[in-house]
Amino acid sequence: MIGFFALAIVLIASAVWTVAARKPVYSVVALLLHFAALAALYVTLNAEFLAVTQIIVYSGAILVLFLFVIALLSSGVAAFAQGPDRLPKAAIPAGFAVLVGFGLLAFGLANATPQATATSNSGSLHGAAGLANVFGSVADFGKALFTTHLLPFEITALILMVAVIGVVLLAGDVTPFVSRTADTKRVKREMREAILKEGGE
Amino acid sequence: MDALVATLNAAPLWLVILIKSALLLLVVVTTFAYAMLFERKILGWMQLRPGPNRVGPWGLLQPAADAAKLILKEDLTPKTADPLIYRLAPFISLITAFAVYAVIPFGENNGSLWAIGDVNAGILLLMAISSIGVYGISLGGWASGSKYPLLGSVRATAQMISYELSMSMSFVGVLILAGTTSLAGIVHAQASMWFFIPQCFGFLIYVITAVAETNRTPFDLVEAETELVGGFHTEYSGLRFGSFFIAEYVNMLTVACIATLLFLGGWNAPFGLTMIPGILWFVMKVGAFLFFYMWLRATLPRFRYDRLMAFGWKILLPAATLNLIITALIVALRG
Repeated sequence: MIGFFALAIVLIASAVWTVAARKPVYSVVALLLHFAALAALYVTLNAEFLAVTQIIVYSGAILVLFLFVIALLSSGVAAFAQGPDRLPKAAIPAGFAVLVGFGLLAFGLANATPQATATSNSGSLHGAAGLANVFGSVADFGKALFTTHLLPFEITALILMVAVIGVVLLAGDVTPFVSRTADTKRVKREMREAILKEGGE
Repeated sequence: MDALVATLNAAPLWLVILIKSALLLLVVVTTFAYAMLFERKILGWMQLRPGPNRVGPWGLLQPAADAAKLILKEDLTPKTADPLIYRLAPFISLITAFAVYAVIPFGENNGSLWAIGDVNAGILLLMAISSIGVYGISLGGWASGSKYPLLGSVRATAQMISYELSMSMSFVGVLILAGTTSLAGIVHAQASMWFFIPQCFGFLIYVITAVAETNRTPFDLVEAETELVGGFHTEYSGLRFGSFFIAEYVNMLTVACIATLLFLGGWNAPFGLTMIPGILWFVMKVGAFLFFYMWLRATLPRFRYDRLMAFGWKILLPAATLNLIITALIVALRG
């Protein structure tokens, strides 16, 4: 319980720091801390595979790319130029959202049927727990992902694929579906003809 | 000895972990110090020069002299540096480099593992911790507030992300064969045949990506001294530079340990030579892998950056994917 509260405090504090930091790189560091605390929280919930995946995917890949972009864009260490302070205007909708959120939470808690909580959260990291069908183990996670939740999993994969293709289309300098060499040849020919024409005149 | 074991068994868990960690830290740091010395010696021999031979007999006290020098050096922080991140970055590198040893098993004695923690998702945790290591380099280069470190760190980020993919894929081939994510389980699965035989392509891919992940020659574009002065650590000096340096060597050692555990049979003895204890086999395999690393450094010139990226994405990644698919297919068909 003490562990949960400590982690919760770190989680909330780092989340606030992520949003409030003036320098974007500080936001990345805060988010990194946030992900680490989140992973630790997953471990206390016996979801060790989720914890590890969370670190590998979010901290190890996605956040690194954020940092990559931020480091390239703001190569100086100066904070971004201060724009208009939008925080006061955002306070009213944000406060409303917080109230709605807490309202829903209170409603849910009041109407929830009490369930048996896990009696033991130790041992998940040790020994043979991962071999048996224990909640949160690798085998269990894989089974759930590829049987019960196969459709959402595949749809997510498709959406990511679409996103990747979209990025290539938007950012790539190569025209898709056109042979690059043919294209280059055409451009070169046009240039040559233009030069010849100029020389002739 | 039995009395000692009995006392240790009765000790509380946190105390045992503390003692184990302290011991392991000592071993890893000593190994780092002498790996560095041997690297310089081996480079010397391969280039027909003596290498360090002034401090102590055969240069054996050189690491101590280097450490004293680094500690006594002035610690400079550039004016343009970001003070907090500049100080934080070496710690991230150092901590992630050492943290992986919490899950690496070194041997087995009557069914009990020589490891700090026996984690059943060991290999995944290892990947997770080492994937954080890039932040040290990346943040350090950015926070220095000058152009060469920034270029170095941007290169590092791109390179490490690109090669991490192929590396993870080479792990998955082993995981499919072993049927477990526990490092001890993977070693047990290699009792009859080491995985570098069925996973020869996987092993090759792993060796290449491992060199790239640790930013060593021929993939040391990150600190290419001819173009980037010193790369991401140009502005660092003294112990902060030392932290990056230690982290690089400890990462090398980690990579050698992973190669031993996943592909070279861990502490399993080859040809039934079981009279030599498993821990010694482990050390010998790690040592051989480290030597191979140093040999590479003494032999190969540096890649060009665009070729490095093209190789990673266009050759290594498809090869790793193909290896993974074929392995999965064979295992599935064999049932």
